[in-house]
Amino acid sequence: MAINKDSNAYTISFAIILVVLVGGLLAFVSTSLKPMQLSNVKNEKKQNILNSLPGINFERSEAEGNFNKYVKKRVILDYSGEVVEGSVKTSEDDIKDKDTLDAFNIDLQKEYRNIVVEKRNYPLFECEIDGKTFYVLPVTGKGLWDAIWGYISVESDGESIAGAVFDHKAETPGLGAEINKDEFEDQFDALKIGRIKSNSELSAANFRSIKVVKPGSLSDKLTQVDGISGGTFTSVGVQEMLKRTFYVYYKHFNENKLETANL
Amino acid sequence: MSEVAEIEKQVVKKDREPLFSKKNKKLITDPLNDNNPVTIQVLGICSALAVTVQMEPSVVMCVSVLFVLVSANVLISLIRNLIPNRIRIIVQLVVVAALVIIVDQVLKAYLYDVSKSLSVFVGLIITNCIIMGRLEAFALANKPWAAALDGVGNAIGYAMVLVVVSFFKELFGSGKLFGVEVIGDSIYEMGYMNNGLMLFPPSSLILVAIYIWIQKSRNPKLIETH
Repeated sequence: MAINKDSNAYTISFAIILVVLVGGLLAFVSTSLKPMQLSNVKNEKKQNILNSLPGINFERSEAEGNFNKYVKKRVILDYSGEVVEGSVKTSEDDIKDKDTLDAFNIDLQKEYRNIVVEKRNYPLFECEIDGKTFYVLPVTGKGLWDAIWGYISVESDGESIAGAVFDHKAETPGLGAEINKDEFEDQFDALKIGRIKSNSELSAANFRSIKVVKPGSLSDKLTQVDGISGGTFTSVGVQEMLKRTFYVYYKHFNENKLETANL
Repeated sequence: MSEVAEIEKQVVKKDREPLFSKKNKKLITDPLNDNNPVTIQVLGICSALAVTVQMEPSVVMCVSVLFVLVSANVLISLIRNLIPNRIRIIVQLVVVAALVIIVDQVLKAYLYDVSKSLSVFVGLIITNCIIMGRLEAFALANKPWAAALDGVGNAIGYAMVLVVVSFFKELFGSGKLFGVEVIGDSIYEMGYMNNGLMLFPPSSLILVAIYIWIQKSRNPKLIETH
């Protein structure tokens, strides 16, 4: 008995069987590989935080073991630059997956997409290398195609940049994707995270941060970096995410400074 | 019924050709020149334009296409007699998409860095016209081994064009090859400049056209007469 391959019944059953098989296979692959994929992502985050510090360059596999050695404190700031209550964690406290008050667990990209800027969390990592304190500030934003993000380390003055690491999800290779190359990242060394327009109050409108300018048109090496030719949208995205996020950290560090000055 | 099957079996046995018969070899060599997927069949042009700014991603793309094309060709060829004609394109798409996603998931778990450099291409591989084109034109009507060879040949033919285009684009666009500077500072000091156009997709069109021009002028068989 030959099957009529052109009949509706055959076509529909074939489609159903195929979809069920493929769907089941994909679901199985996805669930069985998930834990490993998540741990890769976490280790990469640790690696990025560590590698933004000056003079440190770990492989992803080494990041896990060295994280607590360098990162001494994890805190969350709110938009006004104040430390969120209960969010101070030290290197003694383990990172628990479900702990929403742990700076390491904040999914910045998710908050960037879903929450208004004033309600977002701002994680801050306090690190120590040979007795010197550094702060690592995570930033996130939007490139041409998808998410871009970075980790910037600043010195104990809370202002001078000591190192920067950027990465992206899907920028064009050779163009926007160049933001994760050393040539781009190294330009940020020794720049300041921001300043206020002279004679004005600290506000988002008066806050000035690093400008990413058209390559070759650099006029001020203290506040500008060269963008990427052919990667204008990505460069604009980098500039926007730095200004938006640095504003909060600038407030945090400056208010702390004022407090110590008053003492 | 069984007799017929037996006779068929014998015929097949008698006709069984060596794995690399002349006909099979042609399956690999044809797409390199006379029937190149990009320059002659005009398949896979989109990704040839999009990923050729640097050599490294082009090579990654070529390897991925090789893998996906060969596996999809073999899989579709294996089930070619079961696929209902009316939904064959959807079946092909499901098989290709599933393959690409599985590869991506496995890489994410075991070879995280490779998967990161590949992430941009996942969508580009699924929609690469070469893959659907070869499934439709070859795998649906041929045995698995021939389909595998056809996949290898077409993927290499595709790779040749991508590598040549990305070589010139990276060299003249950013003065590098595989990310390494090859044009010395002294040449830049003499007034040489990188060509910005080479960083953008339109330059690939020009390069592919030159490639076709050279290929056709060397191979008169390919010149179309009207």
